[in-house]
Amino acid sequence: MITGDVVGELVCPAGTPASLRTAVDAGADSIYCGFQNATNARNFPGLNFTPKELAGAVDYAHERGANVLLALNSYPPAGKFELWREAADLGAELDVDAYIVADMGVARYISEKHPDRRLHLSVQAAAASPDAINYYVREFGVKRVVLPRILTIPEIHEIKAEISAEIETFIFGNHGLMVEGRCSLTNYATGLSTNMDGVCSPAHLVEYVKDSAGNMSSQLGGYTIDRFGPDESAGYPTICKGRYCNEVQPDGYYAFEEPISLNLSKLLPDLMEAGVTAFKIEGRQRSRAYVRKVVSAFRAAVDDVRAGRDPKLADLVALTEGQKQTEGAFKTKKWR
Amino acid sequence: MKPRLTLGPIQYFWDADTKRDFYARIADEAPVDTVYLGENVCSKRQPFFDQHIEEVAERLTRGGKRVVHSGLAEVMLKRERKSCADMAEQGMLEIEVNNAAGLFHLPEGKPHRVGPYMNAYGEETIAWMVSKGATHVTVPTELPGSSVEVLAKTAAKLGIGLEVQVFGRACLATSARCYHARAYGRTKDNCQFVCEEHSDGMELNTRDGQSFLRVNGIQTMSHSYVNLFAEVPAMAAMGVTDLRLMPQDTDMIEVARIFDDIRDGRGDMETAQARFDALSFVAPPSNGFWHGEAGHRRITAKAAALA
Repeated sequence: MITGDVVGELVCPAGTPASLRTAVDAGADSIYCGFQNATNARNFPGLNFTPKELAGAVDYAHERGANVLLALNSYPPAGKFELWREAADLGAELDVDAYIVADMGVARYISEKHPDRRLHLSVQAAAASPDAINYYVREFGVKRVVLPRILTIPEIHEIKAEISAEIETFIFGNHGLMVEGRCSLTNYATGLSTNMDGVCSPAHLVEYVKDSAGNMSSQLGGYTIDRFGPDESAGYPTICKGRYCNEVQPDGYYAFEEPISLNLSKLLPDLMEAGVTAFKIEGRQRSRAYVRKVVSAFRAAVDDVRAGRDPKLADLVALTEGQKQTEGAFKTKKWR
Repeated sequence: MKPRLTLGPIQYFWDADTKRDFYARIADEAPVDTVYLGENVCSKRQPFFDQHIEEVAERLTRGGKRVVHSGLAEVMLKRERKSCADMAEQGMLEIEVNNAAGLFHLPEGKPHRVGPYMNAYGEETIAWMVSKGATHVTVPTELPGSSVEVLAKTAAKLGIGLEVQVFGRACLATSARCYHARAYGRTKDNCQFVCEEHSDGMELNTRDGQSFLRVNGIQTMSHSYVNLFAEVPAMAAMGVTDLRLMPQDTDMIEVARIFDDIRDGRGDMETAQARFDALSFVAPPSNGFWHGEAGHRRITAKAAALA
């Protein structure tokens, strides 16, 4: 059970039952996961849980004192709410410890139908101010907010002073650039929506096209997201990590952000000091080996900080995207 | 029922004189019923035009337009929170809320409109919003027509307006980072208002030469102009009450007149197409989102069938 009293609760991703067991064994306090459909924002092929798998996963976690958080954090379009309603009811039946939600209709349904279960506000709700957070707290009894990756630590501190909800922040993994829950870039290129279908840069619409000179175009839905020379290794075409051209930058530049990962390992004490309750590791699409390595490293780090020791962090750079890491907005306003 | 025509808020950073001239022409010449005023994108731009809103609203009202004050889509800083609170508390103009921070400040049950950035995708979501005083909802630009059809019925049952963007670039994403400043090697705090350079957004083309996106400060937009003129009769039939035209740096009076003729059943689609062609837009039209396809696409066959 989550009480919110544990400072430094480690919230880890699981895309499969095996990953969930790995995360629990590696020391995760909580694991977040979703069903195999559009009800969550990582609706990727081969990922996520059947109801039966989730039942087993909840048992496994609970027997070991860990919590399971069910992500229902996409936006049901008109005519499809039933899928989210079923998922919410199923979650209660399977005894998940909390729901992670973004849509107001979903939040209202759970707050009325399953009032005893914790509601966490997903980063997909894009609540970046005390006022927005307090709206969800007041209307739906939200107990925890997952903050967008756009705030500095002093700003997080100020938010905490004005809200009653717990704060969860991302500390490692994909460095999301756009305001989450407000991005239709993938849908513009592919016809599949991040908000409605839970899809971002779907793999079946990715192509790598080589020209006669050996340059590789990495494409999504027919749009070249980046082009790489013969000596560069071609990256996955995520729209907000691509290189583009215009009159200001005719040769191509990372218009939004470089392929880079968030790594806040050095800032853990500052985040705790700022009032952050839970640390979230991104990556439900990642392998078990990745989950094991990252979760173990952060388990040790959080325990060190709690015990007043300097955290000794294993080198995680090898696991980051493009082998580059950043502290993003958390470190400085100049990031914006 | 004949849908109303609305003019959405200007997304780009046009200087105050340009905006005042633009709205004066809209007041006198554009056959739109409602005009949304205010800054959706960047709070740094607000001081330049906020001081003129009252005067411009008055001008538009004299021209027979209904005026709605539209608020920020992203709210993070103190000045942005204050802007939301001020808007919620003022009683002069009808308001459109675009961030949950704006909802927080609304006095209990105060009537308001819900803007396209509020993610009103479904019936349950809209029913909730209406229970808190929403009188009118603009759906997200990416919502397909099949879902809009369901929502139009819900809206009619709840007695509220339902609005769809039918013209202009789609806003595809918002960020905390200013991509306009970034292109010039600056940050949001020292941007020197470089977004003013591009009155219709800054191009982002792919390295293989395809036109793809447009940057507008912290906002990323489609390169294509959404244009759902051929879908207007279908929207009217399903009960969409308001059609939103987003201002582009083009002849918006003529754009409004073309849509006005279509909603009134004057002239045919070929004539409308010819009039759009004559405007020589800087970007191609798209209607993919409405048809549940990739947003950039233009689905000709289906558009013709609906017309």
